[in-house]
Amino acid sequence: MLIAATVAIFIAMLLAIFRGIAGPTLYDRILAVNTFGTKTVLMISLLGFVMGRPEFLDIAIVYALINFISVIGVLRYSDTDQFKHTPPNKKSEEEL
Amino acid sequence: MELLITIVSGLFLLVGSFLCLSGGVGIIRFPDFYTRMHAVGVTDTLGSVMILTGLMMQSSDLLVIAKLIMVLLLILLVGPTTSHVLAKAAFHNGLQPKGLSTENKHNNKESSSSNT
Amino acid sequence: MINIVLLSLLVVVAIGIIRMKDLFAVVMLTGIYGLLSASFFVAMDAVDVAFTEAAVGAGISTLLMLVVITMTGRKEKATRHKPFAALFVVVITGGLLVYGTLDMPLFGSADAPIHNHVAPRYLNDSMQEIGIPNVVTSVLASYRAFDTFGEVVVIFTAGIGVLAMLFAHRRREEDEKLAAINDSMHEKHLVIRIVTKMLIPFILLFALYVQFHGDYGPGGGFQAGVIFSSAIVLYAMLFGLSAARRVVNQGFIQLMAAFGVLCYGCVGIASLLNGGNFFDYNVLSNDPVAGQHLGILLIEWGVGVTVASIMIIIFFSFAGRREIQQYVEQNKNKESV
Repeated sequence: MLIAATVAIFIAMLLAIFRGIAGPTLYDRILAVNTFGTKTVLMISLLGFVMGRPEFLDIAIVYALINFISVIGVLRYSDTDQFKHTPPNKKSEEEL
Repeated sequence: MELLITIVSGLFLLVGSFLCLSGGVGIIRFPDFYTRMHAVGVTDTLGSVMILTGLMMQSSDLLVIAKLIMVLLLILLVGPTTSHVLAKAAFHNGLQPKGLSTENKHNNKESSSSNT
Repeated sequence: MINIVLLSLLVVVAIGIIRMKDLFAVVMLTGIYGLLSASFFVAMDAVDVAFTEAAVGAGISTLLMLVVITMTGRKEKATRHKPFAALFVVVITGGLLVYGTLDMPLFGSADAPIHNHVAPRYLNDSMQEIGIPNVVTSVLASYRAFDTFGEVVVIFTAGIGVLAMLFAHRRREEDEKLAAINDSMHEKHLVIRIVTKMLIPFILLFALYVQFHGDYGPGGGFQAGVIFSSAIVLYAMLFGLSAARRVVNQGFIQLMAAFGVLCYGCVGIASLLNGGNFFDYNVLSNDPVAGQHLGILLIEWGVGVTVASIMIIIFFSFAGRREIQQYVEQNKNKESV
């Protein structure tokens, strides 16, 4: 069952990568990174159990923290991006 | 007892991985950013809870269980927050939900605030 | 099996990064790349490396690149020239490198030089000689302490370089205006601010756990330093740079950065003065193993302090530059209106 769960998480990671590469908007990519981070946390916990080394959980905690910090950073800086002279209606630009 | 724990934790893992998979399908198949976020944000949180609970049942070491609970609390705290902030930032920067014309602004605001 | 899948995913993401023109997307994909390679390290059982990659590759470096991008703009410049000569050189070099790997021993083969040289001694004797369960820590902090000293000095030099290039002295009245801009900006981030307030003590505590638990599990000074500094960076992002500067004084962290390197070096000199070699911790105490423990604790502490302060210094310099740019642009806009 552990193996099955690992494979399922893996496929979910793969789909998230596709969304991260395909875009189309900036926020889709942030979303992809965020889900990818959560899935990585889960996969590392599962891998720790599969390989019989539960000390992997330390890394899982770090991932959860770092993932939060980097997503917040992205949002914080993409949010203030309007301080630069990009027009407020950035939709057309983002769909490139 | 042993068998029961194995079965129950297996069930938890199964449901969790099903949820994660469906979130993955959602992030690919759904038409615009807000629906994708909805799919992923909801399934991610519940799926992680399920999988981590399943793992907790399988471990006997108290320290491992404590760490798993820590990961669980972090995900519960962080996941919804990031989804909320993400949707808010997207809406602030003028990303409109699909299917809503830009003319009736009022409608737009209402529908996407219910999304967040 | 899982290694092959992870590696092919890495290749996919790398190609995606190359094809991308939007720099924001590139940074996002680099974050995914960091997470992927870290899970690859986990699958290969290199737990400490995965730790570092998670903290540095996926976390701090993504943030720093983001700050830079907000200053420079989002679009990659279109290249006009046809890079055939460069392609030729790259193909030749790559071919030579691949040819070179043909002579290397097979992956995981028992008679590879790396398994015959010093590794058996590390694996077999480190428990008696140093008495620490995590072999990585004992290699990094004791057998190869001099190398690690070099690494810490490199980090310190990088910090000094960033300071020399980007440090900008701000006048008091500008400072207040910047703080006002920040305050208005932060009003709307209520939810993250509260969640962050709940998380920051936890992050700091976890950094200390990583710092002092490095002897027994994955972790150590480098990782702890990065995690500690990421807490401060989080605070600076959400509550403004001026508030963060009030919490962590610029002069103080500069002092701490130097102090960490100094602490590390002093351990070496202390062992010299006690009659041993440089970084020979056996002489630090009557019992060799206790001496080793003391030495590793001290140098890990030095590493952690230096890494944390340098990371904070780098982020402060980058973000400070950005704030000044923002301020100048706003003034310009006002004048034009």
